[in-house]
Amino acid sequence: MPNFIMSYLDPNVKLTPGSAGSQFWALIYVLIIFVGVSLTVMWLLNWVERKALAHFQVRLGPMRVGPHGLLQPFADALKLMLKEDIIPSEADQFVFWVAPLIGLFASFTVYTVIPFGPSQAVSDMNIGILFMLGVSSLGVLGIVVAGWASNSHYPLIGALRSSAQMVSYEVAMGLAVVSAVLMTSLNATGTGTLSMIGIVQAQQQQGVWFIFKFFPLGLIAFVIFAIAMVAETNRAPFDLAEAESELTAGYHTEYSGLRWSLFMLAEYAAMMAVSSIAVTLWLGGWMRPFPNLLHAPAWEFVFSLFPGLTFLGVAAITFVGVARMPSQSFFKIQRIGLAVFAALLGFIALLLLVIAVAGRSADMSVAARFREGIDYVYWFLLKVAVFIYLFIWYRATWPRYRFDQLMKIGWKVMLPISLGVLIVTAIVGVIVS
Amino acid sequence: MSERANDQTNDASNRALSSADRSYLDLDTSDKTYLDSNELVINMGPQHPATHGVLRVILKLDGERVLGTECVIGYLHRGVEKIAENRTYTMFNPYVDRMDYCAAVSNGLGYCEAVEKLLNVEAPPRARYIRVILTELQRIASHQLWLGTHALDIGAMTPLFYTFRDREEILKIFEKYCGARLTTHAFRIGGCQYETYAGFEKDVKNFLTFFAPKIDEYETLLTTNRIWLERTRNVGVISAADAIALGVTGPVLRASGVQWDLRKAQPYAAYSEFDFEIPVGTNGDTYDRYLVRMEEMRQSMRIIEQAVNRIPEGPIMGKVPKVIKPPVGEIYHSIEAPKGELGYFIVSDGSTQPYRVRVRPPSFVNLQALDIMVCGLLVADVIAVIGTIDIVLGEVDR
Repeated sequence: MPNFIMSYLDPNVKLTPGSAGSQFWALIYVLIIFVGVSLTVMWLLNWVERKALAHFQVRLGPMRVGPHGLLQPFADALKLMLKEDIIPSEADQFVFWVAPLIGLFASFTVYTVIPFGPSQAVSDMNIGILFMLGVSSLGVLGIVVAGWASNSHYPLIGALRSSAQMVSYEVAMGLAVVSAVLMTSLNATGTGTLSMIGIVQAQQQQGVWFIFKFFPLGLIAFVIFAIAMVAETNRAPFDLAEAESELTAGYHTEYSGLRWSLFMLAEYAAMMAVSSIAVTLWLGGWMRPFPNLLHAPAWEFVFSLFPGLTFLGVAAITFVGVARMPSQSFFKIQRIGLAVFAALLGFIALLLLVIAVAGRSADMSVAARFREGIDYVYWFLLKVAVFIYLFIWYRATWPRYRFDQLMKIGWKVMLPISLGVLIVTAIVGVIVS
Repeated sequence: MSERANDQTNDASNRALSSADRSYLDLDTSDKTYLDSNELVINMGPQHPATHGVLRVILKLDGERVLGTECVIGYLHRGVEKIAENRTYTMFNPYVDRMDYCAAVSNGLGYCEAVEKLLNVEAPPRARYIRVILTELQRIASHQLWLGTHALDIGAMTPLFYTFRDREEILKIFEKYCGARLTTHAFRIGGCQYETYAGFEKDVKNFLTFFAPKIDEYETLLTTNRIWLERTRNVGVISAADAIALGVTGPVLRASGVQWDLRKAQPYAAYSEFDFEIPVGTNGDTYDRYLVRMEEMRQSMRIIEQAVNRIPEGPIMGKVPKVIKPPVGEIYHSIEAPKGELGYFIVSDGSTQPYRVRVRPPSFVNLQALDIMVCGLLVADVIAVIGTIDIVLGEVDR
């Protein structure tokens, strides 16, 4: 094996590939994240949102393409790719073409600094959170440019709404982030960090998630961020930029087919990205619950069973689904398909449980390293999933805000509160230290 | 908020003075430079997800603020009134169902009663009770449809599915009664064609017990929802004087504080025999109209309950000649449809076909208030106000 591959596999290397200087492994991580995120967004998130939304609304959601509509997202993706590629004749051709890509790149670039674990990230940038804020706000450029290039009234209004909204909420969001960053400086040296991994490690050292730090200051900052991130991703109840009932489809009214799907991909990827940031900053990132209280090896082992048990649970639910399917021969293929899917989930569960058992020793065997990595990624994704569910829940429950009300909340409510929290956090921090 | 309401009323009164020289359709921009960014004229509709059909509203905007509106209608014009002149009185009866297709039963009731007045016959008591029950069920169904779409317009997706789920129960009763769900043709001139099916009363009573908690369910989603309040309070305010001047009727008028309901003011069918209240609002804003309609559903349930419990036995068809040939004359008869006063003006020349039929549709008249309601508000409010007026384009265009 060449050295550029093997050097990073040394058990003593506990850095991200970017920080360890291993470009090869950084590239591999980028590919894994890109494929993983695209697939999660395109298939899992799409399916879960439609199903969950449907069940909120007393209907079934997709049921026909694949068992319980599991293949519906693929069918839709195929349909979108095969659609005629329409660029309106009055549109600015090049800008129209490039707009969805801007949004897509912006939301995917954020993933380079998101820490799925202490070394499970592409790179540990020392200005990680700053980079994240900067890049994610580039996404608005794609929306504005799309609205402008469409050369049509509804997209233009949608784009203007979106830019005003994002700029306003970025301020409150930034201040909330700063108050979390401020908390990282409460250590012996008194220096904080902007590194995403550093922020999680600071929570580890201080033994508390920042959401509970200086209660209720951390909580307030977190809530501010949680509201701002909904506005930032143009999701209900702040989905004014694409308010269907008002602006037909907002900034992407003129888009169809693949280009439209790129916008959707970008929106969902951004949803996951901002959720990851909230998890990193306030909910202890990759840390499992109570690492400081329940740190005995036995507890360590119990918690390491969680990923496998989760998959086992999902597999069990799927098997129940198979059993509950109608027994007509018409459903035979669907039943077999769902059973295979459940078996696959069960196999993954088994694999994870084997790894958890094999890697329970504290030595740095391959299995132990695997187990550790899986644990980190699992807890991180579990917390992100909670936010995704919240996003869907919001959408099912609330009406949409009006533009002026949105601005009023952003500037007159959220900004003063986040500023106040920042100042009080600073004062309390000085007193404590 | 109150500032805007004031602005709006000032605006409305100013416009009443200068309505002659306002022309929103004047799209000639030749005297302006290309980059003139003061005003934006956009077409909302006829293909638009929230104009409840094929309504086209030309909006003149300053940024997001609405400077003026002009409704362009007629995209669903089918010449219903003209068709009447070439059909016998009986043959025309199903056509009226197609006007307000969300409240077909009410349309039929208005037409049948108008022709009965012209013929000088009366429907027997049992028929009148059946009419009341079905019409009030239809009122609930129509309000459910309004609630779902109105909430959807404001961005709340879920109430739509809840209301449609419960509306289904009403449509099932219609289907069992007369075989049709939407365009029912439930009544005939002189009474009803069908006797109630076995178990009709039980079905209706079951619906009442089923539906009472459902209204509360809708209300938990919306009534005290902060976003809902912000989106509807002081939005689309219309004063009682303006509403009366424009001829606005129905829940829109009652939300402005005018206690005017034809079921009480000029009782028809069997309404004088029931005990119910007319809910009225105070501010005449979108929220009040919402509350009024919610309360109307409850009052309709009261009426249905009384009617089902007291429904008399007897014939269901009055003494109507085989060939309907009313004497020469004219008649105007109006009923309280779910959306307001639905009137039929029928001129008879003594033949089997009406000489002229003119319908006074509530949606068409209420829609005229859109301009007063939305001027000075934002684009999002136009959608909310179109929803709150509760128009059906089949009725506006006829």
